[in-house]
Amino acid sequence: MDINLARSVVTVLLLLAFIGIVAWAWSGKRKQAFDEAARLPFDDETDAAGTSK
Amino acid sequence: METQSTYNYRVIRQFSIMTVVWGVVGMLVGVFIAAQLIWPELNLAPWLSYGRLRPLHTNAVIFAFGGSALFATSYYVVQRTCHAPLFSPALAAFTFWGWQAVIVLAAITLPLGYTSSKEYAELEWPIDILITLVWVSYAIVFFGTIAKRKTPHIYVANWFFGAFILTVALLHIVNSAAIPVSLWKSYSAYAGVQDAMVQWWYGHNAVGFFLTAGFLGMMYYFIPKQAERPVYSYRLSVVHFWSLIFTYMWAGPHHLHYTALPDWAQSVGMVFSLILLAPSWGGMINGMMTLSGAWHKLRTDPILKFLIVSLSFYGMSTFEGPMMSIKTVNALSHYTDWTIGHVHSGALGWVGMITIGSLYYLIPRLFGRTEMHSVRLITLHFWVATIGIVLYIAAMWIAGVMQGLMWRAVDPDGTLSYTFAESVKATYPYYMIRLLGGILYLSGMLIMAYNVWKTCVGHKPVDAPIPAVQPAHG
Repeated sequence: MDINLARSVVTVLLLLAFIGIVAWAWSGKRKQAFDEAARLPFDDETDAAGTSK
Repeated sequence: METQSTYNYRVIRQFSIMTVVWGVVGMLVGVFIAAQLIWPELNLAPWLSYGRLRPLHTNAVIFAFGGSALFATSYYVVQRTCHAPLFSPALAAFTFWGWQAVIVLAAITLPLGYTSSKEYAELEWPIDILITLVWVSYAIVFFGTIAKRKTPHIYVANWFFGAFILTVALLHIVNSAAIPVSLWKSYSAYAGVQDAMVQWWYGHNAVGFFLTAGFLGMMYYFIPKQAERPVYSYRLSVVHFWSLIFTYMWAGPHHLHYTALPDWAQSVGMVFSLILLAPSWGGMINGMMTLSGAWHKLRTDPILKFLIVSLSFYGMSTFEGPMMSIKTVNALSHYTDWTIGHVHSGALGWVGMITIGSLYYLIPRLFGRTEMHSVRLITLHFWVATIGIVLYIAAMWIAGVMQGLMWRAVDPDGTLSYTFAESVKATYPYYMIRLLGGILYLSGMLIMAYNVWKTCVGHKPVDAPIPAVQPAHG
């Protein structure tokens, strides 16, 4: 295969991969998992000294 | 809740304190070389000359100040969002002492004139090897901690820190490839325009991954923590991450407009630089909107002021950067002080302020306290630093546009209207304003050093316990 054709194919595949990531991130199925992940910085709070709050 | 095990804060304390120390040192060198541009008599000795101190300044502020801050915050964030102590405390300690050794070696060899002459990668090959060893250890500690995590998800800040660590390893190894001819002299493995392209592929991605992705990791942790609300949109943060990864790598050629680099490569660099505006502003909006519903906190909380104003500067400089990458704009801006203004809007505004804000959150917590010794001094630091930045970048913008216009002005007979020296002379007033801005920013760092000293001294270091109860899945 011509190297330039291979380069074009890779570029198109990467663009499709990126569009896939956007669709995946915005799909309703991920909402709950993302909400949990977004809470992670707050899940480690304790009331002992030296904690973050 | 009481548990036996605690987070490893020791190495974080070490890196946090050294961030402040190297910040003062690096900015002091910056103020000195700004003064040298006004008073050349200050080039007192070869090892104190501008040409040797300028790389010392850039290395100190980027890799010593910024680097130490990245180590400190990434080690803190990865532990606290993974509910796991650092993987291999011994390797973590090696990253601290190894990185400090790199900095000290840089501070010795650069003034002595040992340089590979590659911008932001000036250090000679023995130091480059030490950097590689430290960086591989850093990657093992960071990703080892993620592998040991007790939480189901990998928090988005860790994605940014992880991308920063992996990419900087790749950039450093490829760009520093060299043939040594003696202990302190080597020649690049590349030649001519390939060498230039590799150098600016490295240089721009050092900006994109060292100075952006890593500090975005800070943003995604410390802004939610200080604002006490989760990030505005987690899904936007995922797209923000991947769009930065997909585009940043290709923007480097904009440093080589109108050079021997093929025209098509210059255009590719320009187009990708323009595309970068989208992820940059997406991230900025995500950080700022985290405060929605809590804007009143900005009025009273100087740490939030630092964090949010840093995002404003991030937005400004990531708008300015794509504009400057347009070839017709670059024809005016390149080689002028506009570039210096742009860099410092990003460096003092974005990198500096997000670091300072994060450290004001972090440092008291490493010593069992809830806030810094003096909150009023944080407010004072904020205003001194902000005024300093505004003076600095406004002066450099005006100086840069003026230089560009003077250099290209031609008389009706086709001869240049101005000699180069005339443009230098016209720049003096702006160099004075820039020096004043730099002194203000440095003064802010000294205020911070005092505040940090009063916060730490007499207080026992405290390692926070790791929560025993894990968050439920689902």
